[in-house]
Amino acid sequence: MQLTRKKGVDLQLTRKQGKGKNSQLMYHLMMLPGMLFLLVFSFVPMLGIVMAFQNYIPAKGILGSTWVGLANFKYMLEIPDSLQILMNTVIIASWKIVLGTIVPVVFALLLNEIRIKWAKRTIQTIVYLPNFLSWVVLAAVVVNLFDYHGPVNTFLATFGVKPILFMGSNHWFRQIIIGSDVWKGFGYGSIIYLAALTGIDPGLYEAAEIDGASRWQQLLHVTLPGMLPIIMMMTALNLTNILNAGFDQIFNLYNPIVYETGDIIDTYVYRVGLLGQQYSLGTAIGLLKSVVGATLMISANQASKKFANMQIF
Amino acid sequence: MKAHTSKTANFFIWLVVLALTASCLLPLLNMVAISFSDSASAAANEVGLIPIHFNLNSYKLILEDSQFWRSFGISVERVILGTAINLILIVLMAYPLSKNKRVFHARNIYMNLLIFAMLFNGGMIPTFIVVKSLGLMDTIWALVLPGAVPIFNVILLMNFFKGLPDALEEAAIMDGASKMTILFKIYLPLSLPALATVSLFAIVGHWNDYFSGLLYMNRAVNYPLQTYIQQLNIDITKITDVSQLSSLASISNKTLNSAKIVVSTVPLLLIYPLLQKYFVTGMTIGSVKE
Repeated sequence: MQLTRKKGVDLQLTRKQGKGKNSQLMYHLMMLPGMLFLLVFSFVPMLGIVMAFQNYIPAKGILGSTWVGLANFKYMLEIPDSLQILMNTVIIASWKIVLGTIVPVVFALLLNEIRIKWAKRTIQTIVYLPNFLSWVVLAAVVVNLFDYHGPVNTFLATFGVKPILFMGSNHWFRQIIIGSDVWKGFGYGSIIYLAALTGIDPGLYEAAEIDGASRWQQLLHVTLPGMLPIIMMMTALNLTNILNAGFDQIFNLYNPIVYETGDIIDTYVYRVGLLGQQYSLGTAIGLLKSVVGATLMISANQASKKFANMQIF
Repeated sequence: MKAHTSKTANFFIWLVVLALTASCLLPLLNMVAISFSDSASAAANEVGLIPIHFNLNSYKLILEDSQFWRSFGISVERVILGTAINLILIVLMAYPLSKNKRVFHARNIYMNLLIFAMLFNGGMIPTFIVVKSLGLMDTIWALVLPGAVPIFNVILLMNFFKGLPDALEEAAIMDGASKMTILFKIYLPLSLPALATVSLFAIVGHWNDYFSGLLYMNRAVNYPLQTYIQQLNIDITKITDVSQLSSLASISNKTLNSAKIVVSTVPLLLIYPLLQKYFVTGMTIGSVKE
């Protein structure tokens, strides 16, 4: 008896120790390496945003460069291209968000109707693939496809359409960017909606059927309401990308002829800020974009918490 | 449900699904076919899905291309080194963060710092200046260290750890196990699917990234493979007038470039079955409530 009791006390002691100072220190030590990397590569660069308020000259460094207040931001508004670049970014990103939600949802609904297991699996294997290839590789595929003498033009020629210089056309460039982005992501994007579909209670369909609901009515009144929370959450998440029109994609596909319709904030910052060494201007634009993005992300988190009872972070 | 699907509806469902599936597969197959064709047919855009004048010349040329293999090697090195660093840091951070505030007092402070770093960043230019002033330019470290902590993946694993029963840890503490023992002997073996997901995300991310190579490598000999391929594609972005654009197909070495692209995707295709197995897990555990 006594022995058991003593053992019990010991156990309690050990448990307390497990939550005592030693283990606090251990937890801190575990966080340390990662936090050091974040300090150097995330938090220190954040200090670099002071360059946005300077006329930064690399040779003088941040401490030696002169302060110019909001001059960089004023200049940003005065550049004639500013409005165009902002419009390009928002237009391309908006279409990507809209079609990038609708197409995966519709695809998930259609795929859900296919009941032959092996066919479904094969289709899934194929449509998920483009998502894992880089834009470097896919840009080569897209350029080849839309080449002046390429497959798309050959196909159109059978309908008597004259060859189109897709990659050098301000009329077509945005469509190609939006289309190829949806193409890359729709398969992978449908995974989450397929999961949502399997989560809908089959009893609801049975009940609807007994009430004489047609398939179309079942879709409208059972399936879509069941998927709505997840669609809302994904849309909220995607909305945070309204200023991210997809640097990797556009950078690999654009050329000076289509700057008019295809140049976005990120490509501009890279070209003018980094290659053109206008560090202060580039940082100022980046800062503005970052603030808008962070604000949207926080709102999206609130919204998804409210509508879907899910939190992103 | 099935009985209600009319034949016409079924036909259209299959038609749309198969068309979308074909759209994902055919352009890629075209690329493969071009890589096995002769240059003349490729330049004349005659190649469809089957190679014309099938030959392995492009692949033989690649074998002799030392820069291609050097870049390939840099990419492999980067994937191994980068993924290892990512995994160690993710695991070490996810464990303390999965504890609540009463157990790990500073937990919320760290969490807020992480979220702040995820939402907000200094941007391309300040990061570039930091990497440059640390003397990392033209070294493999410039490719792996700036992204050493993938915060989204830390949160993903943290959520997975949170789902493990507390009783496991309590039992281990009673047996006198240390935090490290608990993490490595109890938590990790139970988290294999989540770890696989996180590693695969890291591998694909490192393999596919071309931009840090472009930013941080001054000398082309140090380019990882995707940056090397990106430079092959680049002639299209350097073009300034329309006439150049239409003659591009004939001047560029289409078959060789296609073969290089095909070889560069082979490693991804090799791990693709694994990817497919685990990324569904990733998408579902990634969006867990806190």
